[in-house]
Amino acid sequence: MNLLDLVIAIPGVGFLIALLIPRKQEQAIRIFTLAVSLVTFVASLGLATGYKFGQAGQQFVTNVVWISNPEIHWHVGIDGLSLWLFILSTLLTPISILISWRFVRNQPKEFYAFLVLLEFGLVGVFAAWDLFLFYVFWEIVLVPMYFLIGIWGHDRRIYAALKFFLYTFAGSVLMLVAIIFLYNRAGTFDYAAILSGLQSGKVTLTHGEETFLFLAFFIAFAIKVPIFPLHTWLPDAHVEAPSAGSLMLASVMLKMGTYGLLRFCVPMFPTASHENAPWIVILAIIGIVYGALVAMVQPNMKKLVAYSSVSHLGFVVLGIFSFTQMGFDGAVYQMLNHGISTGALFVLVGFMYERRHSLAIADYGGVATVAPWLSAVFLITTLASIGLPMLNNFVGEFLVLQGTAQANFEWTIFAALGVIFSACYMLWLYQRVFFGQTSDEVKHHMPDFNAREWACVIPLVLMMVWMGIYSQTFLPAVSETNAKILEQSKANTALQVSLPRREPNAGLTLAAGGHIHAH
Amino acid sequence: MPIQNLWVIPALPFLGFLINGIFGRKLPKAVINVVALATVILSFAWVVKVYMTAGDLATPVAEHYFTWIRSGQLDVGWDFAVDKLTMIMLFIVTGVGSLIHIYSVGYMAHEEGYYRFFAYLNLFMFFMLTLVLASNYLILFVGWEGVGLCSYLLIGFYIVKHSATTAGNKAFIVNRIGDFGFSLAMFLIVVNFGTLNFTPVFQAAPGKPTETLTAIALLLLVGATGKSAQIPLYVWLPDAMEGPTPVSALIHAATMVTAGVYMIARSAAIFTHAPAAMETVAIIGLATAAFAATIGLAQNDIKKVFAYSTVSQLGYMFLGVGVGAFSAGIWHLMTHAFFKALLFLGAGSVIHACHGEQDMRHMGGLRKHTPITFYTLLCASLAISGIPPFAGFWSKDAILDAAYHHAPWMYWVGAATAGLTAFYVFRALFMTFFGEYRGHAHPHESPFSMGGPLIVLALLSVGGGYAFNVPQILENMFPVTEAPAIPMLLAVSIGVGVLGILLAYYMYVVNTAVPEKITSTFSGLYHLVYNKYFVDEIYDATVVSPVVAGSRSVLWHGVDQGVIDGIVNGVGRESRGFGGVLKLLQSGNIRSYATWVVIGGVALILVMGVVEGVGR
Repeated sequence: MNLLDLVIAIPGVGFLIALLIPRKQEQAIRIFTLAVSLVTFVASLGLATGYKFGQAGQQFVTNVVWISNPEIHWHVGIDGLSLWLFILSTLLTPISILISWRFVRNQPKEFYAFLVLLEFGLVGVFAAWDLFLFYVFWEIVLVPMYFLIGIWGHDRRIYAALKFFLYTFAGSVLMLVAIIFLYNRAGTFDYAAILSGLQSGKVTLTHGEETFLFLAFFIAFAIKVPIFPLHTWLPDAHVEAPSAGSLMLASVMLKMGTYGLLRFCVPMFPTASHENAPWIVILAIIGIVYGALVAMVQPNMKKLVAYSSVSHLGFVVLGIFSFTQMGFDGAVYQMLNHGISTGALFVLVGFMYERRHSLAIADYGGVATVAPWLSAVFLITTLASIGLPMLNNFVGEFLVLQGTAQANFEWTIFAALGVIFSACYMLWLYQRVFFGQTSDEVKHHMPDFNAREWACVIPLVLMMVWMGIYSQTFLPAVSETNAKILEQSKANTALQVSLPRREPNAGLTLAAGGHIHAH
Repeated sequence: MPIQNLWVIPALPFLGFLINGIFGRKLPKAVINVVALATVILSFAWVVKVYMTAGDLATPVAEHYFTWIRSGQLDVGWDFAVDKLTMIMLFIVTGVGSLIHIYSVGYMAHEEGYYRFFAYLNLFMFFMLTLVLASNYLILFVGWEGVGLCSYLLIGFYIVKHSATTAGNKAFIVNRIGDFGFSLAMFLIVVNFGTLNFTPVFQAAPGKPTETLTAIALLLLVGATGKSAQIPLYVWLPDAMEGPTPVSALIHAATMVTAGVYMIARSAAIFTHAPAAMETVAIIGLATAAFAATIGLAQNDIKKVFAYSTVSQLGYMFLGVGVGAFSAGIWHLMTHAFFKALLFLGAGSVIHACHGEQDMRHMGGLRKHTPITFYTLLCASLAISGIPPFAGFWSKDAILDAAYHHAPWMYWVGAATAGLTAFYVFRALFMTFFGEYRGHAHPHESPFSMGGPLIVLALLSVGGGYAFNVPQILENMFPVTEAPAIPMLLAVSIGVGVLGILLAYYMYVVNTAVPEKITSTFSGLYHLVYNKYFVDEIYDATVVSPVVAGSRSVLWHGVDQGVIDGIVNGVGRESRGFGGVLKLLQSGNIRSYATWVVIGGVALILVMGVVEGVGR
């Protein structure tokens, strides 16, 4: 049992112990779950400090048989793609518990236990190297989130939970079918074995099979991301979910989709990935612009942030399907950025909801006059979210757009429009909520941060600045692994797909990108 | 050569920002003042130190601090460099910046949020200095976006005032449109050059095809039109006058808005090899200069007059760099920083004297009450009118001269605009300081912390053009083509200036009934100009409203809720099995979770059974 196993096990065991705590002991449950998540976080930092740079492959590997027939392995490991997503999950779980501290009155035991179970599922998803194990963790995540929305949500929680379930379950079923199909072919669930089999030609797929498998995985992941037009579960889920649910949903769960695309879809089905890239890219760009435009006209803060997520995640998908190093790096960085900055937005909106009991933008105004620190932190988060340099999102967006420009400059033109619209919806939101005259309701119900709230936002703000100014802490590990995935995405396709590289002096016509298209 | 530690220059004001921003609410005003002023003045001192010790700067002094973004072929560092162009900008920014900080102590003394004002002002200095020190496009872009942020914060400084915060948003968003172009330019630069560092890009530029360079240059120009308020993106700058007057002087006249001119001059190696783009720069500059000057003729708000004047003068700078006279453009950038900062600070002093009144129709006769303000403003007015030997004369003449050698018609339009300029500035001066006082306040001269900076800037407006001959300083970077001076041109451009002043004197001092007659005779034209050609209204009707309305009714209600959710909800209704799930949730008791766990377990086992079956 290595450190990684331990970090995954802590929340799992913590969940079971939490269930044993008597229901009356509310404070004990809170403190226990918080302690569990903090210990998990601290332990997970060991993965970062112990991570060996210069090795693109998985580290902290454990590979033992879990179920003998069919052979399913407890095969976990961390590489540059999953390292920071893993730590993002462990960082945000204690925050999700802390922001719920006073708010959750109804069945608190289950609530906090579910948050820890959610963490167990999430870290498992990012560590699993066995497809079946991956699927198990994937489904484990679904369960607590379903209940978080359905039980502790707002007025339309049932509708939202159902919609969430329907969407993601549909995707999961497709993925399961694809996993079983692969098992049938390769005789193993082990991802590394399947991948090397596919690449060495030991496992062969017809063109039709590859396309089918790609689409099955893709749709499952696309729903999770979500990619337009599969996104309509997200705004409802966010609006109805409690703050902790929104935080974990936006910050980590959506990344399960983009992580899956880069981890599984691209390396396993390179030909299909390249062939389908043109329309996926178009959907990504539609998502960027569409999400931003729809966000602009939302009267509800959480819905606005939810649609902004559709826009931001569009950048991630775009980066992945640009098939460039910068696009990949930017996509992964953007996954982390979105987790931090959009997570912070949901945290802050949650704080305001606790005070004013409303998510309607119209019920606010003049908050800056009465709660200057809340307003300042919200402003920093807003600026991070709209990609101001020296804050985190800028680095990711820049790399994605630059990577896209290497592949096809026209895509960049349309995608970069999102940068304009993001300023529109976020600044208008900020103006309506924080500036202007302060109404009596706001004046009397809007105290500034307390110590617990400070503890929630300080780490997030620090991360925005750190990731914005010194990306070298995070990017090298990501780059190494992405370089390997980029190789894999070309490996099988060398014969069919040629990626024209621009001659240094060949000049530029706006139309002449390295079009990514097979044949 | 010693290590210059260029980073100290922006780091000092950033330190001021942190101190005042974090602790300012609890600090006494005196401490806030010391922090804000000391950091900026020390920054100026560090610039002087660099100037004294860095040698002749024929080759840039470059410093690399650490890697910012490294991915694939791209490697962007936090890199600063100083050459002569940067040196000039550093002196302007820290020099004028220091004066305006001093002035603000008096001007803002009675305002709410004093600490916030100085924190933002210091933050602005940090970003502006980063912008001019950058030695690659991405760091320049950091400063570029950062000054935009500070502009947004300071325009909307009076946060309870809706028009102010709206103007802040407008400034940010319009600038974002420009930045969209700037970023596309950067992407093209990386695609074609593989780097964003100035030195290698400019070295390789001559070898690249013209179409590539033209595309890059035009996209950079889009960015510059946003930041420097040129057609078609100038609309944010007049609204930016909602901010406190020192902000208008520092950010929206002397420094930030000139960043576009600086950036084009910095990118001269790209622009000079893209003649079509250069021509576009010149035409946009000239058109903006003339267009904005006409609007300036009809404004009654003293700050609005100077705002349109700024747009117009920035147009001159664009004309200068567009016709290839980069050093003349920078020269005008510098002299404009002196006299326009002075005009705004003087206007602030006037507004201060009149207890917040900005409408010149309620001023008049202030010459007697505020003599220092009057005489310093007179210097600035003469400078902007191009009267020798005042500062503006030298730089404007250099631009018009270059324009004539490029295309004579450009000269004539520019010269005519110079006449308009002299007219509207002296119109403002006469309406404010001559005749009888028409307001109800008790005008008084401003305190010395405000008067002192006015005097220094007045001296610079008088002698700054002659004393700092920018084309000579920058001769190595931008060789000046020796063309024979044409005395006729000189006579014309001085003549129109004098003519404009005399006409303003006649209409606003001698025979004050004339303006009324003119506006009633040409009332249609007057209203068109008075209402700024309705450009804001046109943008609103053709861009803003359709986008917002379309997003709401078509995209959100139509596509999202109508089409997509219509399908999803239909599917949901059809699948009755989920009704049971619904009930479980409503009951919300622990037994239902247990049921769930069981269902999950069964499903898992079933799946594994299936797998075993198909998997041999």
